[in-house]
Formats: sequence, C-alpha cells, structure tokens
Amino acid sequence: MNKPDIAAETKPWRQDGVKPFVRISNVTKKFGDLAAVNDVSLDIFKGELFCLLGGSGCGKSTLLRMLAGFETPTSGKIEIDGQDMASVAANQRPTNMMFQSYALFPHMSVEKNVIYGLLREGVAKAEANDRVADMLRLVKLDGFAKRKPHQLSGGQQQRVALARSLIKQPKLLLLDEPLGALDKKLREETQFELIKIQEDLGVTFIVVTHDQEEAMTLSTRIGVMDAGKIEQVGEPRQIYETPNSKYVADFIGSVNVFDASVEIAAPDMMRVQSAIGPILTEPMAGLTANQTVHIAVRPERIHLSRDPAKAVNSMQGVVQEVAYLGNISVFHVLLDGGRMVKVSAANSLHDDNPITWDETVYVSWNAAASTVLTR
Amino acid sequence: MKKRQINLGRGFVIAVPTLWLLLFFLIPFLVILKISFAEPRIAIPPYSPLWETVNGAIKFNINWENYAYMWEDSLYLKAFLNSLKIAFFSTILALLVGYPMAYYIARSPEPKRSILLLLIVLPFWTSFLLRVYAWIGILKTKGILNEFLLWIGIIDEPLIMMQTDFAVYVAIVYTYLPFMILPLYANLVKLDGRLLEASTDLGASKIATFFRITLPLSWPGVLAGSMLVFVPVIGEFVIPTLMGGPDSLMIGKQLWTEFFSNRDWPVASAVAMVMLVIMVIPIMALRSAQNKGAEI
Amino acid sequence: MRLRFLPIAAFLGFVFLYGPILSLVIFSFNESKLVTVWGGFSTKWYVELFQNQQIMNAAWLSLKIAAISASVATVLGTMISMVLTRFGRVRGRAIMTGMITAPLVMPEVITGLSLLLLFVTMERLFGWPAGRGVTTILIAHITFSMAFVAVVVQSRLSDMDNAIEEAALDLGASPLRVFFDITLPMIAPALIAGWLLAFTLSLDDLVIASFVSGPGSSTLPIVIFSKVRLGVSPDINALASLIILVVSLGIITAAILMRKGARK
Repeated sequence: MNKPDIAAETKPWRQDGVKPFVRISNVTKKFGDLAAVNDVSLDIFKGELFCLLGGSGCGKSTLLRMLAGFETPTSGKIEIDGQDMASVAANQRPTNMMFQSYALFPHMSVEKNVIYGLLREGVAKAEANDRVADMLRLVKLDGFAKRKPHQLSGGQQQRVALARSLIKQPKLLLLDEPLGALDKKLREETQFELIKIQEDLGVTFIVVTHDQEEAMTLSTRIGVMDAGKIEQVGEPRQIYETPNSKYVADFIGSVNVFDASVEIAAPDMMRVQSAIGPILTEPMAGLTANQTVHIAVRPERIHLSRDPAKAVNSMQGVVQEVAYLGNISVFHVLLDGGRMVKVSAANSLHDDNPITWDETVYVSWNAAASTVLTR
Repeated sequence: MKKRQINLGRGFVIAVPTLWLLLFFLIPFLVILKISFAEPRIAIPPYSPLWETVNGAIKFNINWENYAYMWEDSLYLKAFLNSLKIAFFSTILALLVGYPMAYYIARSPEPKRSILLLLIVLPFWTSFLLRVYAWIGILKTKGILNEFLLWIGIIDEPLIMMQTDFAVYVAIVYTYLPFMILPLYANLVKLDGRLLEASTDLGASKIATFFRITLPLSWPGVLAGSMLVFVPVIGEFVIPTLMGGPDSLMIGKQLWTEFFSNRDWPVASAVAMVMLVIMVIPIMALRSAQNKGAEI
Repeated sequence: MRLRFLPIAAFLGFVFLYGPILSLVIFSFNESKLVTVWGGFSTKWYVELFQNQQIMNAAWLSLKIAAISASVATVLGTMISMVLTRFGRVRGRAIMTGMITAPLVMPEVITGLSLLLLFVTMERLFGWPAGRGVTTILIAHITFSMAFVAVVVQSRLSDMDNAIEEAALDLGASPLRVFFDITLPMIAPALIAGWLLAFTLSLDDLVIASFVSGPGSSTLPIVIFSKVRLGVSPDINALASLIILVVSLGIITAAILMRKGARK
C-alpha cells in the first residue's frame, strides 16, 4: 500500500502558492457581547495534523464547532476544500467530529454506533458491514462489535468514537480533546496510535487540546490561542524555540521571563537592563533604545555550576529547592538581586556529589540561549 | 436537507406549542381581566360589553364596581384573610410532619430509601378526591375516630370534628404532604454526610448539629416545599367545601359560589384577578430568596 | 433501650399517610351500609359499583379523556422542552418559560374560570367550540398538563449530553432523524413518566372539568364529588379500593422495571 503524501514530510506551509485545504478568514463569533472567537484567520493544508492549543475559554472549541457547523460565525468566512460553508448544514459538511465526551449513542452497540454514519449516507448494508469490520480491526476493537458503550473501558470507548468519526472517510476530522479523558500512561500510547492512523489514512486532522505536551507530540503545526485570538502559528519546534510573545513562551513548557529595557541595539550586539542586571542577547532588528522587552530563557538552556562560568551572562545565587524528576532535576535558584530562576539539568549516573540545597552556585547562559520578546 | 428546510422545521416546533399556550393560557387571562370590568346582566352572556359602538364612535364602559364591591363587602376580605391564614398554618404543620420523614428517608440506606420514597409518592397517584373522602369516614360524628375514642373510653360522647377548621387542616396537610416531603428529600439527600461528621468531630451535639448545619443547608428545600403547599392551598376549593363548615370561608370556594350559584361572572372575575395578585407576592418573594441563596 | 425521635416521627408520618387509605379499603368489604360500623365481610358493594351505570359511564369517559389529553400534552410538552433546551436563543423564550411554569402553581378555580370565559367568548365570536363538553375538557386538560410534562421532559433533556445529538447530526442525520434515532430513545423514560403524570392529573381533575364541562359530559370526579357531598357511601369505598389497587400495581411494576433497567 502506498502511503499518501504526508504533510509532516512535504511541509506545504513552507512553500508559496500551495492552496490551503481549510481557509478561515476573519472569523468572529460573539455570544451576546462576548467575542469567543475574535477575527481569526488561519490556513490549514491537506494531510496536516493541526493542533489548536490554549487554556479553557480561549475560543479553541468554539472555532472547532464552527468548522463542524454547530455554531454559525457572527462574521467572516470558512472554506473547506474551496467550498464556502456558510449555507452548508452540519449534517451536510465533509467533516466529522470526535467529541471530548465521546458522545457514543448509549442505546446502540459498538457496531451500530460505527455504522450509523454510513447508513445515513445511503451505503448498502452489506458494504457498510464490511467497512465497519475493517474499521474495528484498525482500532483493534474486533470482537467488541456487539458490546454496548457502557460495557467498555475508557480507552475502548475512545477508540469507538474514533472509528465512528473515521468511517465516512471525512476530508477533515475534528477532534475535541481526543485524549483528555484517558489517564497519563494510556494517553502517551494513544498519541502515537493516533498519528499512525492519521498518516495511514491521509485525513486532515484538526485537534483541540489544552495539553501542550500532547500538542507538541502530535502536530505538524500548532496554533496557540488566547482570548479568542490566534497568538502564534508554527511548527512545534518554532513555537518552542522562537515564541513570539510572553504568553506563548509561558504557555509552552517552562520558562524564565525577565522584564527589561533595551540599552544597546546594534546590528552586531544587543544588551538590555533588567532586575537581575544587564543581559546580553542575540541582536534583533527593529528595536530602539529604552524600548520595553521581555527576555525568555528556558530552564534547560541555563547552565548551573559551582565555579564561575565563561558564558556572557553569569550570575551568582543560592539553591532554594531541588526537585528530582528521574531523568532531570529542577533547581530553584535565588539570585543576589532577589529573583528566583528555574534551572533544569540532566542527571548523571556517575555524579557522586550533585548540587544540593543552600549551595552557592553560578547560573549562566549564552546570548543565543534567550529569546527577546516585544509583547 | 438544506438549512432553509431545517429552519422551517424549527419554526413549526416553536410555533405549535407557543400558539397553543398563547390561545389557551395567556388570552384567557385577558378575557378575565376584561370581564372583571364589566357589569353583570341577566342575559347571555351575563355581562355587559367593555366597549360599544354608539353612532359610529367607540364608547368604553369601564366599571370599577366589582372591585369596589369586594372591598365594601367584608365577606371577601375575610375570605382572603382566612385563606392566607389556613395556607400559612397548613404549611407550618406540613413542614413539621414532613421534615422528620424527609430526613429519615434521606438518611436511610438503599433499597429502603427507594421503597420509602415510593410510599410517599404512591398516594399522590391515587385520587385526590378519594383521599379527602377517606377522612370524612374517619372524622364524622359516627366515624372511625369517634368510635375508637369512645371504645377506649377517652371520651363519653362523640366529638364534632367534621365541618370545622380542624377537619380542613387535617385534610390539607394529608393531601399536600408529598409536595412538602419531595423537595425536602431532594435537598436533604444531597447533604454531605461528612459535614455532619465534621460538626460532631468539632464537638457539637446532635441537636446543635441539626440546628447549625442541617437546617440552614436544607433551607432551599424548606422554601420550595413550603411554596408548593402554600400557594395552591390559597386557591383550594374541594377541601373547604367537603370538610369545612358553612362559615369556613376560603377564597377559592367563594369564587366558585359567585360563579355557579350567584352567576355573577364579573365579580367572579374580579375575585380571580385579586387572587392572582395575592399569589404573585409569595412567588416573587421565593424568587428573590432563591436569588439571594444563589449569591452566597 | 432509648427510643429515638427520628424513626418514631417517620413511622407516625407513614401511619398518618396510610391509615386513611387502609380504612377505605377495609370498609369497602363491609356488609353494613353504615360505612363505619363493621357488619361482616361482603363484596356486595363491588357488585353494586359495577352495576352503577352512571359511575361506569363517567369512569369510561374520564379514561378516554385522560388518555387523549395525556398523549397530546406529551407531544406538545416535549416540543416546548426541545425548544427551551435545544434551540439556543429563541425570541420570546422568557414568555414561553413563564407560560409553562405558571400553570404549575395556578389555582384550579382560576384556570377553570379563565378557560370557560375564553370558550364562551370564542363561541360568541367564531361559533366554536359549540357549547361545552368533551372537546373543551380535552383542551383544558391538555393545557394544564402539558406544563407538567414539559417540566419532567426538560429536566431529562438538560441532564443529557448535547454532544450525543450533535454526533448524530455530524454523521449526516437530519435534525428530524436525530430526534427519532437518538433523542427519543434516550428520553423515553421521561416521556412515559410525563404521560402518566398527565394521565393521572386529568383523571383526578374535578375543578377545571366542572367549569368547562357541559350536560352529558360528567367525568368521574364530577360524579364522585356530587355523591360525596351527600355523605359517605360504600360503593365509593369500593371504587377507591380498586383505584388504589390499580395504581399500586402500576407503580410497583414501574419501580421494578426501572430497577432492572438501571442494573443493566
């Protein structure tokens, strides 16, 4: 079997002139006076596994429900595969949805749940039965066809929901917190299964999640949402390494943020003043002296040592907390200026004398380790 | 199916029950309001029209007489006050009888709880009229209660219980008890047992725990149950008619008499309008109490 | 042993509830016509009851009215609960909510009077409904019992996860199909409960029926009321016992079925 072109490999968003599969243009949704989704524009390409990431109430679910047709945009336009969705009812759209609560029909067996969509489409019973059997095999539920949903475990219910939403071979599958109800271990296993199914079938997935780790694992690209707006769209690495705002940096992973003002903004060197003293960073265009900026440094980019370090940014402090997490340890270091900094370091098997509480240490990082954020 | 068709279907589902309720629930009140301002007449229908066209001009006959009459004839005022009094005391009695029952059921283990609850609901599904009737057999002069009391020798001659306020109270508390118990139960069953344990743990006696924890927390249930008894009892007709004496005035009975015996439709309508206003007051009070509760 | 207040109070409460019902049943088997003096066991009042043509006709009429009005009220009540729980922001929602909660606390004398006055006015203006009778009783019973149905069905609908219906819509079912495939089976217990409630309310109603009934349309409560006003009579005890028997059997069956359903 030939695998379809996988967007994760071709990366169509990096090329010019590729037609997006889903085009959201200036979409706003108001509930009363409150704008749940506020002037969002977004292009999603065929075969992508796109994650909408944000806290609760950020508008990500509302955006998903507008794509499914359960909500009508107050203004703006949604196109799927070149077709304007404004006059297409939810039951006519080329999309299917997997619900956060799974929304399995409680009075129907697994088989009846999965076949429901095919019968509504007018597929002949015999063919529909074959397709259901294939699908149940794909999600490893053959043998459970006659069970009722309440006789299944959470993980099995989740796979019934997935099978039911995939059976009609939708052009676009919308998944609302697909792994949210599973426990941590099962969730990690299922993440990779989900990616495999997506790549095998070549369906475009849009996943809503509040779990940044899940978003990082699953997606070709992530759209970070806050207060009804898209803050940043990019590949997981881009979002993590070069966040475009304090909000995104803070939301994805752990980060130290220092408020600062620009001192020198030359093409070959940049220095800012902050509460912990001067910080040297990579030069950034378009900044002027005295402008307010935020400096973000990931804990794993900071080096911790007992002796003064050679890096351009180096400060002294005292270890306040140590948390041993197995592969890494996280340190809270109180700097001389009174600010706390988070540092994480890989644990080594042979380290007989690890840094511990109340030790005086040096924290240091290179100019390239930090990111300058203007908002 | 296109969106337009779906909208048509939606419109149909909205329109049918709405039009039904408008026609048979809302408009009737406008009709009562209108007739309460008419003059009684010996005709069909037995009241004057509210407006007439005299020589092409519309002439209104708004008549305040019916309301004025209710104010002047102390009979109506007494009937209203007596209805409120009976409704008030029956509510208190039903609460006193119903609270321990609701509490006991809520604290019972399954399946005893379900069975007891079923026993509370069961009488409600049998005939209201026949449950009132049962008390006639018990309370009348040669009834079961008198025979029993004579037999054990507490009394020497039968007590007169029928056609008294006592009989009215007994029948009201009896028939309305499930309406008091069910909301109380629904509230008490949600009460977290750990709160009571916490209170005991902190040194409170059982009685102190009840008055300081259980009762305040069950207040919404008390209010809801009381309202379900108080409001309908104001307009009660069957019980005062069957159990009460000729002087036990209640406004529902008075309205009935005005309409069927005196055939005075305008006064009956005016009585109904005043009754409505009186009933709105406790309902509004409950609403505001509930809203206050929601803020806490 | 120390006697405890709560069980005793609850026990006395149940005695208060069931004593009168028990006395009704016992004295329905009394030989004597004096309802409260025991004259030996007899079933003659049951025989007499079934020979009483007036009561039998009224009972049959009441059952018919109750069945029809409960069915229509269930349809209308379900429609209105769908509108209130599933249609989002609909204009006039507040008025609709008001119109289905008000009948729950409305005194029957007012409902009866207002409907009668409406029927009289309508007859004068449009010639319909011609006189009072079964039609007007039906309309009245549908109107007040649909509010009760709506309350029961609405609470079930709002407990139900919206997403289940959305899932069916998403899989390509039309809204009508979603209702019959998904919503209806899931709210069926509430519909049955609502129907039974409406049926009982209709069967039990004396006051409203008295206002809107006409000659020849005396329902069972109207007939019982006119007999009871004249004093106790043993055949009414027999009727009451039969009603209690039927209702108890029905409720116990329903409870057992529901327990089984819940266990499944």
